[in-house]
Amino acid sequence: MSVVALKPGYKGEVLDRVENFHGNQLVYLHWEDHLSFCAALAFPLPPDMPFGAILKDVLPPFYGMHPDWLKIDWSSVRWTLDGKPFTPDPGRALRDQDIRHKSLLRFWTPGLKGPRDSCS
Amino acid sequence: MPATKKLGLKQKYALMTRGLDWETTYQPMEKVFPYDQFEGIKVKNWDAWEDPFRLTMDAYWKIQAEKERKLYAVIDSISQNNAQLGITDARYINAVKIFIQGVTPLEYQAHRHFAHVARHLRGVGPRIAAQMQSLDELRHAQTQIHTISHYNKFFDGMHDWQHMHDRVWYLSVPKSFFDDAVTAGPFEFLTAISFSFEYVLTNLLFVPFMSGAAYNGDLATVTFGFSAQSDESRHMTLGLEVVKFILEQDEANLPIVQRWIDKWFWRGYRLLSLVGMMMDYMLPKKVMSWAEAWEMYYEEQGGALFADLGRYGIRPPKHEDVARKEKDRISHEVWAIFYNYTHAAAFHTWDIDDEHMRWLSEKYPKTFDQLYRPRLLMWRDMARAGKRFYNNALPQLCNLCQIPMAFTEPDDPTTICFRSSELGGDRYHFCSDGCKEIFDQEPEKFVQSWLPVHQIFQGNCGGASVEDVLKWYHLNLGADNLDYAGSPEQKMWDQWMAGRHVAQAAE
Amino acid sequence: MTQNVSITLQNTPDARPITEAISEDNPKAVVANYPSMIKIDCPNRLVIRADSVSKKIGRAWDTQEIHLSLITLSGNIDEDEGQFVLAWK
Ligand SMILES: [Fe+2]
Ligand SMILES: [Fe+2]
Ligand SMILES: [Zn+2]
Repeated sequence: MSVVALKPGYKGEVLDRVENFHGNQLVYLHWEDHLSFCAALAFPLPPDMPFGAILKDVLPPFYGMHPDWLKIDWSSVRWTLDGKPFTPDPGRALRDQDIRHKSLLRFWTPGLKGPRDSCS
Repeated sequence: MPATKKLGLKQKYALMTRGLDWETTYQPMEKVFPYDQFEGIKVKNWDAWEDPFRLTMDAYWKIQAEKERKLYAVIDSISQNNAQLGITDARYINAVKIFIQGVTPLEYQAHRHFAHVARHLRGVGPRIAAQMQSLDELRHAQTQIHTISHYNKFFDGMHDWQHMHDRVWYLSVPKSFFDDAVTAGPFEFLTAISFSFEYVLTNLLFVPFMSGAAYNGDLATVTFGFSAQSDESRHMTLGLEVVKFILEQDEANLPIVQRWIDKWFWRGYRLLSLVGMMMDYMLPKKVMSWAEAWEMYYEEQGGALFADLGRYGIRPPKHEDVARKEKDRISHEVWAIFYNYTHAAAFHTWDIDDEHMRWLSEKYPKTFDQLYRPRLLMWRDMARAGKRFYNNALPQLCNLCQIPMAFTEPDDPTTICFRSSELGGDRYHFCSDGCKEIFDQEPEKFVQSWLPVHQIFQGNCGGASVEDVLKWYHLNLGADNLDYAGSPEQKMWDQWMAGRHVAQAAE
Repeated sequence: MTQNVSITLQNTPDARPITEAISEDNPKAVVANYPSMIKIDCPNRLVIRADSVSKKIGRAWDTQEIHLSLITLSGNIDEDEGQFVLAWK
């Protein structure tokens, strides 16, 4: 469907084109079952950044304050990328494993569900 | 009874709202009224329009003058009597901050756009109703500014609300809601604001706000609230009449109106989740819970309304079932957003005390103890350990309602609801099927969403650090933002209360 | 099907005679008190008669004075100089 407009052929400007982010792309990351972080986190990241840097450098300053963070067994973590099962390769760049502008990565950490299993 | 019989109301209305216009001759009507046809709404007879209140301009001036007289008498006494000392607790004022930052600018937008509609509809009856409403909405903005300016002398976060409304991340939620409405055609605007918002949902905004104010000793808000709300009944009536009028004019109008009702119910409902948070978390003395208000004002009254509109073929708005499923959680989810990001907001949040938690658990027996109490207790422990929980990363936002993506799956309150659409090689994210469907219907409009988080990353919001951005918002750092505990406002309030206790002891 | 109409008025001296008149003229009306306001629900139809309010205040009451006390309502309205009716059809 398309918008009903006064001016025929009306088209809006795409405000969040990747070109507007100064060489970065947007990536959303979400730690499942830990809703004391109210929503997924948004980051502008260089497309040639290796995936491993997300785990090592990007996330810890933010998620690190949660008591569950240090308990994560990374070998058992389950990932999805844009709704499909995903096995990240820590050594390869984001762009080389189909992590695109405004991709959403969700991850589940088995056995960890926040205080009193409240998914907080 | 007066000795001379006046004109009857119906006669007077007919005389003062008909035959005031003319068919243009040196310009075609389409050029004089360029906006009232492109939406596809067919109108055969504009004179079929009738205001059931039958309000005419002379009576309007008389009634409004009386309302103003009463209101300004109270406003004068508010400042003379130091009304700021009469509120239950300084935390309460944070609800007023949200009001002046988020709602008052919408009143002004409504004023402007009802003036536009009053110029651009072809029928005189609806033009007059829109003109009166335009004046009402200007009055609402003005009286809110006048009344709340009293609190601005003492409390933080209210000094530059107009500037903030255009820039601050959470205020993009009400702003973009109204921007969407005023950039639509006049019939969609009326269905959006007059019907879906004012008729169907506005009770959930004003009634709890005013009762909450009354209960919490805020005479100022009660007064402007009542004065504004007395106009609101007329606005609601305009909304219902507009929808019935359009539906009676032509069968072909039905699917268009239904689509607008679906869209604007959902948009309005999402916007009101902020009010839900205010009701459940920010009032020291509570009136009713969000869930109770939803049941009373939407499920019951809305149910009666849509049963009545059934005779025109209108069905209840799509996704009202989702709203029903969410009623035990949205206020908690939105509180989480603001607790996470209070360092970037122009109002405070705080630790929820045990008594308040008891109330929440009583009002939300299905969800509170299991899902939200452990979260609040964890945050309390962290604050006591000197590590108040602030989320220092920026949240993913819904591309449509612009609220952080904190809402959960309709059938699973522990999992965030992620929806998305792809268009032109780009991906767009939504908090719900409701928001996604609105985008999919009019993508040309919503690819332009000015999403605060993305704008910050693009470098359009004053700089790269949080501090730069907050300064660009005109926040007074350390006063407007952060937890209530330790705020200058708390210090001031505690001093006032200490003074009050000394005075009471002396008596 | 029976649906409630509903009207909410301010809890003020001006509005009190109106609420009283509503209760007397609409035996099925249910009145609920909230901080500073009064909500009245009634199955299908509710009427406010100018005569009834006039008798209570000792002067002629104009139905349009309702605008000074109204907070909100639910139902289709029909107003003339004699009465104010709220109804679902
Ligand atoms: Fe208003
Ligand atoms: Fe209004
Ligand atoms: Zn949304």
